Amino acid sequence: MSKAWDQVTWQEIEVGGVLTEPGSARNYNTGDWRSSRPIWDKTRCIKCGVCWTVCPESGISEDADGYFDMNTYCKGCGICVKECVTGCIKMVVEES
Amino acid sequence: MMAHKKRVGMEVSIAVSHAVQLARAEAIAAYPITPQTHIVEHLSSLVANGELEAEFITVESEHSAMSTCIGMSAAGARTYTATSSQGLALMNEILFIASAMRLPIVMTVANRALSGPLSIWNDHGDIMAARDIGWIQVFTENGQEAFDHSIMAFKIAEDHRVVMPTIVNMDGFILTHVVEAHEMMDQETVDRFLPDLVPYHKLDPAKPVTMGAFAMPELFTECKMAHQMALTGAHGPILEVWKEWGELTGRHYKPVETYRTEGAKIIIMMMGSLGQVAEVAVDAMRDQGIPVGLVKIRLWRPFPFAELRQALAGAELIVVCDRALSLGGAAGPVLAEVRSAMYPLAQRPHILGYNVGLGGRDVQPEAFEELVRLAQAEVKQGPSQEYYFYGVRG
Amino acid sequence: MEKFGSAESTKFDTYASRMMPRDEFFTSGHRSCQGCGEALAVRWACKAIGKDAIIAHATGCMEIVSSGMPQTAWMHPWIHVAFENTSAVASGVESALRILERKGKLKGPMPKVVAMGGDGATFDIGLQSLSGALERGHNFTYLCWDNEAYMNTGIQRSSATPFGAMTTTSPPGKRSFGQSTWKKDMVAIAVAHGIPYVATASPGYLFDLYFKVKKAVETPGPAYINILSVCPTGWRSATDLSVRLARLATETAVFPLFEVVDGKYRMTVEPPKIRPVRDYLKPQGRFRHLRDPEVEFIQKQTMARYKLLLDKCQSPFPEFAPVHLREG
Repeated sequence: MSKAWDQVTWQEIEVGGVLTEPGSARNYNTGDWRSSRPIWDKTRCIKCGVCWTVCPESGISEDADGYFDMNTYCKGCGICVKECVTGCIKMVVEES
Repeated sequence: MMAHKKRVGMEVSIAVSHAVQLARAEAIAAYPITPQTHIVEHLSSLVANGELEAEFITVESEHSAMSTCIGMSAAGARTYTATSSQGLALMNEILFIASAMRLPIVMTVANRALSGPLSIWNDHGDIMAARDIGWIQVFTENGQEAFDHSIMAFKIAEDHRVVMPTIVNMDGFILTHVVEAHEMMDQETVDRFLPDLVPYHKLDPAKPVTMGAFAMPELFTECKMAHQMALTGAHGPILEVWKEWGELTGRHYKPVETYRTEGAKIIIMMMGSLGQVAEVAVDAMRDQGIPVGLVKIRLWRPFPFAELRQALAGAELIVVCDRALSLGGAAGPVLAEVRSAMYPLAQRPHILGYNVGLGGRDVQPEAFEELVRLAQAEVKQGPSQEYYFYGVRG
Repeated sequence: MEKFGSAESTKFDTYASRMMPRDEFFTSGHRSCQGCGEALAVRWACKAIGKDAIIAHATGCMEIVSSGMPQTAWMHPWIHVAFENTSAVASGVESALRILERKGKLKGPMPKVVAMGGDGATFDIGLQSLSGALERGHNFTYLCWDNEAYMNTGIQRSSATPFGAMTTTSPPGKRSFGQSTWKKDMVAIAVAHGIPYVATASPGYLFDLYFKVKKAVETPGPAYINILSVCPTGWRSATDLSVRLARLATETAVFPLFEVVDGKYRMTVEPPKIRPVRDYLKPQGRFRHLRDPEVEFIQKQTMARYKLLLDKCQSPFPEFAPVHLREG
């Protein structure tokens, strides 16, 4: 449904209420939730990928140089900070 | 019209099993409960002997039977189950979900009274407690009808204009455990009538879908409207399938069946096997010059408003026989719906309701003659009750 | 019995994050709480399950956060029906796939069938349907997201709630110290059904979890994995401690990580030294009210059970021989 979901008519609902677009949750930006964000110190990042592994949101992505950084979905839980092998991530308060 | 075919005597349950076999059901989940047991036992032996190519899963409860059927149908197999009474009640929450998910499951309900007290005998209490589940529901009154409608149910359910689970009701013991003569069908004819299932939606890694998502208040009403429209819209396709069957077999079925209603001032109404008994009573009363007719609802859901009003036109008194109760309610189930359907008409007949044959109590033809006399007396003096229990001692 | 030979783990020896598969089958955009250990476990389980699979999911936290119309976080074909019947639904899917394959109607490889449910859906209301599916020997895997209470409905106790834990229906008070019974041993129940693979797993050890799920889905016949799903909301712990707490659960022997292959127990993570349970209880608000007698009881029970488990791991004989000979 590309329409706003409180505008959808009964005729537009798929038979059986079936959702035919897998992964459409990606249209929802969970990043709006966070009140603090992780910041990587690239001088100490060893590109191990542990932060990427432990993020419940798949909220960390690898860039072209192999460093990791949060993406739009990060909810700011801070697990990556606690699990980082070199301790190169820290949480800072989100700018309002 | 085909030449008259040979009729075979067999227990109606066995005939229904053969119907399911002929329909090439692929996935069957079943839990035993009196009086449905013979159906699933015979299906089980057909599968064990390789006479039906299907997966037969003996689940551990009826709730799981219907849940397993949902999984089977969602994965794209032609799915069947059967139950009665407590089993139907146990799977209640899942029934609503099966129809909302629009899965073409076919189920036989061998109608039996609901506890308490415990009763294994026939009445319509079980299916009336499942009125609002959103399935297509059909009533049959003899073995041939049970056989015929079991095959047709698959075609109706799977039609892409319908895609709705379907129940075929048959009276427990009175039909399930009785030997009747059935005109069987050959596999070739059934295969032509009922081709392979083409699922509307399917669980398939090649085309992943999410089934059973939840709906916020902003969407729920629209989802249920879509369901309602699909169920009421099934009326046309159902009649098409019945028409095709009629041309194939010479047995033409209608949403509302009538018997000697021409010029009838009094009409008695019922559903299921009682209809056969009532026909005997109607003949007897007509012989006495009483202008009585019989109307039987075959298509219970979606409710056949137009056909019912047409069948009852001209009658001054309708006597509705309910084989189930709505305890403390305004009327028995069929009485309530008939009154509701007739209410908008400018000319309304008297409509009285009697609960008969509860918990397997036998109903003889004379009972209907007495009912008509009682109803006429009540109308004359003004009805003394909202509705009546027939034949209760005390 | 050869049909259910134990799946070997030797082909699954990769231990570098960067070498793990990047495809996400449980996508971003799901509405779980921040720091949800369960979502993390689901993310990795779905990677291990792989593309050719069908998932049946029970009502619960994961179902709600991932499947609100019109959006879905699942890349797999996925079906939710009700709370207590996911094993029955999975049984139906598995049976249908078998008959479709027999009739030549299945295009592509035979999909794996995976049933998922929370501890409420598994230990309590869904125990019957789980037992039925395990007993019938369906070729499917059951993953239990064990966050130790009915979290989605507001943190009520289940039979998976640990001894002494505070929940809204086992609150501490003048007459109560919280949950008064020990956590139900679901693994033992699964093992008792004689199925070929049972395991525990945890988001504290994600590679262990990944390889166990892979093994489970590739094992013919029923498989059951109980996965500790750290819940900061219900456990009253800091959102950034979810992985650490899961690790502590194993390091304190509260949640040992092991597998039971054809009835034979094997520890898969062996902490060099077992830490006192207090280290695990302390960061969780749900245990804050416990006094020394309760904590000592928990410590004693935990070690006694751990010792029993170690004994089972040493035993040369399987506890229950696999009993399934499902033909065809």
